[in-house]
Amino acid sequence: MIRVELPPHLRTLAKVSGEVQLDVPGPTTPRAVLDALEARYPVLRGTIRDHVTHERRAFIRFFACSEDLSHDSPDTPLPAPVAQGAEPFIILGAIAGG
Amino acid sequence: MSGVRVLVGTRKGAFVLSSDGKRKTWEVAGPHFPGWEIYHLKGSPADPNRIYASQTSGWFGQVIQRSDDGGKTWDAPGGGVTTGPGGMPAGESNRFVYDDSPETGKPLMTHQFYDGTQKPWVFKRVWHLEPSLDDPDAVYAGVEDAALFRSTDGGKSWRELSGLRGHGTGPKWQPGAGGMCLHTILLDPSRPGRLFTAISAAGAFRSDDGGANWKPITKGLNSPYLPDPTAEVGHCVHRIAMHPSRPNTLYMQKHWDVLRSDDAGDNWKEVSGNLPTDFGFVIDVHASEPETIYVVPIKSDSEHYPLDGKLRVYRSRTGGNEWEALTNGLPQRDCYVDVLRDAMSVDLLDPCGVYFGTTGGQVYASADAGDTWAPIVRDLPAVLSVEVQTLR
Repeated sequence: MIRVELPPHLRTLAKVSGEVQLDVPGPTTPRAVLDALEARYPVLRGTIRDHVTHERRAFIRFFACSEDLSHDSPDTPLPAPVAQGAEPFIILGAIAGG
Repeated sequence: MSGVRVLVGTRKGAFVLSSDGKRKTWEVAGPHFPGWEIYHLKGSPADPNRIYASQTSGWFGQVIQRSDDGGKTWDAPGGGVTTGPGGMPAGESNRFVYDDSPETGKPLMTHQFYDGTQKPWVFKRVWHLEPSLDDPDAVYAGVEDAALFRSTDGGKSWRELSGLRGHGTGPKWQPGAGGMCLHTILLDPSRPGRLFTAISAAGAFRSDDGGANWKPITKGLNSPYLPDPTAEVGHCVHRIAMHPSRPNTLYMQKHWDVLRSDDAGDNWKEVSGNLPTDFGFVIDVHASEPETIYVVPIKSDSEHYPLDGKLRVYRSRTGGNEWEALTNGLPQRDCYVDVLRDAMSVDLLDPCGVYFGTTGGQVYASADAGDTWAPIVRDLPAVLSVEVQTLR
């Protein structure tokens, strides 16, 4: 079970509270986690990554285990504590603007 | 008992303002979608409980929301639990992808940028939603970078009407200060298939076949900020308005100049007349007097606030040229707000109600066609759009 922490606006949009828990088949990568997240909550498609290119939106960041994984390949395996469900995969909006 | 519902989009959420036909006391509901930019909300003329909203964010992109109960509750129409075989593709309601397929679309060419280079089309947000006049499930969306999309399933999925972007002049379009946005969509009630769009800074366009084919309608426009002031495209059209009883007559507020056309946009003539400045964003038409029109003159270039700190609506009862200032109830000193292009609307009651919102967060209403004004609310976030529904 993978734990995903969403920013508040996306929790509202997906109508969830707290962390989301997902079954992610295969290797635990950012792409696999986002695929599973969007399959469960289709309203989130396009809000984290582009509909077509799947590029991360500019002001979205991916953190886990106190590391910024935003610029890693979406196919890089996530840290073991995330894959094991001990730590969440954190999706957050960058601090910017007003 | 009649009533009105004023749909207000702001920089930080949507608000629904309601009153009875007297329009003296108001209930304010909201914010809906707090923290998000709501560029536009508009109700279906065929079903007033059906309202579409454009919810957008620099962080999270575009979301389309829909209400089926007059704005009390909202849902992203394609965003629920994944549908089964034969159902609509889930999540498609947020998906605005330019149609560049060889079968149905147009090549995704480039457009002119500020620095003279060519830039590819990139979707940014929905500026304007225009529901069909007779089908609650049909709605058009004007987007940035400029293109026209349509949904025929209540906003669950969207398809570009690529004939507009691809009709030939697209590579000459360029962004205005607010972006290269398609902000005006007008539907001709007397001639199904005829629709008008306006784009900043490209100009105005008309289709007579439901959006498949388009042509620029800019003859008579004169824009000294262009190398060729009478060029076919490049004009910074801010807003076009139409009275439904006379759909061949169009009124335009351009980046300088107020104009009218009496032949569905084929020819335009300036009617700025005695306006103190012919710059502004909004323009609208009285609900029962097709020759009575309203503008809010704004000081420009770059200031974009009322002249002399006095917020004045100007009304012409002669279809332009002769204008009177309407000031009763509006601040006449120290007022430095703007009134953006989608932020004026009228109701269908008698006397006609006129409404507009400001970047200072005020929404003003007049229940007597502009003779007197009062604020409905004073302290909302900056107002981006105002639309009115008349409830019978």
